[in-house]
Amino acid sequence: MADATPSAGPRLSDLLAADAITIGAEAPDWRAAVRAAGDRLVQGGATRAAYTDEMIAAVEELGPYMVIAPGIALAHSRPSPAVLRAGISIVTLRQPVAFGHPQNDPVRLVVGLAALDEEAHVTALSTLAEFLADPARLEALIAAETPDQVRHMVARFEEEQAAAATEGIPT
Amino acid sequence: MKILAVCGMGLGSALVLRMQAEKALKELGLTADLEVADIGTARALAPKADLILTSNELAEQLGSVKPKVVTISNFIDLREMVDKLKAALE
Repeated sequence: MADATPSAGPRLSDLLAADAITIGAEAPDWRAAVRAAGDRLVQGGATRAAYTDEMIAAVEELGPYMVIAPGIALAHSRPSPAVLRAGISIVTLRQPVAFGHPQNDPVRLVVGLAALDEEAHVTALSTLAEFLADPARLEALIAAETPDQVRHMVARFEEEQAAAATEGIPT
Repeated sequence: MKILAVCGMGLGSALVLRMQAEKALKELGLTADLEVADIGTARALAPKADLILTSNELAEQLGSVKPKVVTISNFIDLREMVDKLKAALE
């Protein structure tokens, strides 16, 4: 159970490249929304374009379960030759988009995830889940006007987490 | 006790489920062996598990399996995880 302690592996800010954030993307449907997240992974240097098609195919194959929480889609596929390194992208949508999820539609935030294996991204994903679990932080992220604002929010949250961890919270 | 966190590919949402389940078990004062699986592997591993955590849709795709299946709607809501695990394990 030590796998998820936020000390192993790259942090969220390490996997979230400066070019991997789009604010207010125009996406008429879920495919376009996933494609926007895939494009950002490509821009950030984590994947080749083929991975974007693999993410779309994954939703077609497995359904919209990737809408993991109200308004939030975690788009990803399997490790593949199109994944160059682990990476995360963040895309906020100008207009909410339906993915066909019975409870969590419509989606306002798409997180793209590229993984090389099953574990290397666990710290980053853990941080992301905790970040998004707070409704105020989620709203602030969706309201961000620039990619830099998103990066600052993530960096500040990581500092707060690190500070809390050193204040003797048992692990 | 063995708990399987299941998603389509076993490395995105299932990982989030596992992390949330770890926190929830800690809060409930319970320990369990938590493992992540994709939906194909999950069918093979199910006979050895005591509980499966997944989404509603994937639970339908998983079909009939031996362990109790707990479905999570909001993967990042710790309260939902705690409440559903508590109900399932009591």
